[in-house]
Amino acid sequence: METILTIEKLNKRFGPVHAVKNVSLEINKGNVYGILGPNGSGKSTTLGIVLNVVNKTSGEYRWFGGAMETHEALKKVGAIIERPNFYPYMTAQENLELVCKIKGTPYSKVTEKLELVGLIDRKDSKFRTFSLGMKQRLAIASALLNDPEILILDEPTNGLDPQGIRQIRDIIKHIASQGTTILLASHLLDEVEKVCSHVLVLRKGQILYSGKVDGMIANEGFFELQADNLEELKAALIAHPAIEKMVLEEGKLVVYLKQAFEAKDLNKYLFEKGIYLNHLVKRKHSLEEQFLELTSKN
Amino acid sequence: MTRLLQIEFQKIWKNRASRILTIAYFVILSFIALIASIKFKIGTFELHIADQGIFNFPYIWHFNTYIAAILKFFLAIVIVSMMANEYSYGTLKQNLIDGLSKKEFIQSKFLTVVVFALGSTLFIFIMSLLLGLSFSSYNEIGIIFSDLDYLFAYFLKLTAFFSFCLFLGILVKRSAFAIGFLFIWNIIEGIIIGLLRWKVFKDSDDYQKITQFLPLESMSNLIKEPFSRLSVIKNIEETIGGAANVKDYGVHWYSLLIVLCWIVIFVLMSYKILKKRDL
Repeated sequence: METILTIEKLNKRFGPVHAVKNVSLEINKGNVYGILGPNGSGKSTTLGIVLNVVNKTSGEYRWFGGAMETHEALKKVGAIIERPNFYPYMTAQENLELVCKIKGTPYSKVTEKLELVGLIDRKDSKFRTFSLGMKQRLAIASALLNDPEILILDEPTNGLDPQGIRQIRDIIKHIASQGTTILLASHLLDEVEKVCSHVLVLRKGQILYSGKVDGMIANEGFFELQADNLEELKAALIAHPAIEKMVLEEGKLVVYLKQAFEAKDLNKYLFEKGIYLNHLVKRKHSLEEQFLELTSKN
Repeated sequence: MTRLLQIEFQKIWKNRASRILTIAYFVILSFIALIASIKFKIGTFELHIADQGIFNFPYIWHFNTYIAAILKFFLAIVIVSMMANEYSYGTLKQNLIDGLSKKEFIQSKFLTVVVFALGSTLFIFIMSLLLGLSFSSYNEIGIIFSDLDYLFAYFLKLTAFFSFCLFLGILVKRSAFAIGFLFIWNIIEGIIIGLLRWKVFKDSDDYQKITQFLPLESMSNLIKEPFSRLSVIKNIEETIGGAANVKDYGVHWYSLLIVLCWIVIFVLMSYKILKKRDL
């Protein structure tokens, strides 16, 4: 699989604050990555370092296998961080043309991308007259100008109203469906759950989890069970190979699984053992619960 | 190189304030020609400035470059704000993310500075040539094109001053504060010169050996005031003081070298600051 970005043991200190601690990761072509983390967890700093605007304290990062200098590599990257930064006195079109000059992209892309984000009617309006949602969409158009190998979005829906969030999310989904690699930093978990295939969890500058979204969402899920005799129920299940552990919570037995186990099969299994259930629910932890559990440790 | 200049000129030209200031600068520069039409009338005595020799070759090169350099503040504002705006709009960060290297960023700013200085020099050259051809008493080719080192000094003076503005823009990040800092620096240099002249080196000109190295002082040393060189003023001086002051009005290689050093220092320091800073 083609590697787009490799980060090895990256560290960043701002005076006494250790903002990024020993972060290592690899971004592969074609995946959609989500970076999760509470505010101040080092997401933006990490992105800032690989985007050439923040100086690293130690460690390494390589774009496209390290074959080219960072600023050359960035011409093949599309990125927006935090808030849309454009020249307020230029029109949407002029701003994008300036980005074309920097990236060495033909002007013909400008119209195409303005159409994609639905700003073609406002192409001759000055940037300062735009609403926040429009500014954010212009930023996405700008990041897409060069048909990038990877699109990096840092909090793209920050401060937007529900319609704005929806529009941005639809655009991201559309881009992801075309096979573009995306790195999406966000603290909106359902956003990440909906569009990302892989996830990185950062807290206080350290990586807590790195892997597939499915892997993070409590593997096989869990059952909530209740029977007249809970002890008997527990004894009946303890030998079953699919079960990892059982916990008694508020008069219910919570059964965690280590491999696939359907509700009907569990019901049948217990029926055969002569146990009849009052209550049977199969659930999965949401990304949010999982994230909160991960980040609240220590 | 053309790519970097195109980027920078789009940034400046699309900004209305910068555009108006730039146009105003060149319009006002051409007003130097209007000095030609100044006439005084004192009783029956009539003084026509153009007839007093200020437009004589090669003196005109000295006179016009000196006067024109005063107007550099117009472009200084444009240059300080072109730098400071990149910080306040957050576009410096975006430019770097879009694939401009920090080196290219400083290059594009410095190239713009050089183009502004070169444009001004060319403008003054053509204007002085035309004025001189209309009013000068001497029109031999050899005389017309003598003392052209004033033009080179003028070019270097502008480049250095604008590089200083660029450096302040990067250092301070805010246009108003950067221009304020420029004035404060001007005052500081004045104080240093005053102290050295009247406190440390009393009754000698040795203070100039030190003060010539100060940035703004070194720039103003490049082209000395041309007024006392005029025959009218000389006549007055001779009548009052007996003999005319013997003064050296030339452009010296060491003055050029000092200013050149400052240009290098300002540009390298700008780059250093940009490189070290987290945006």
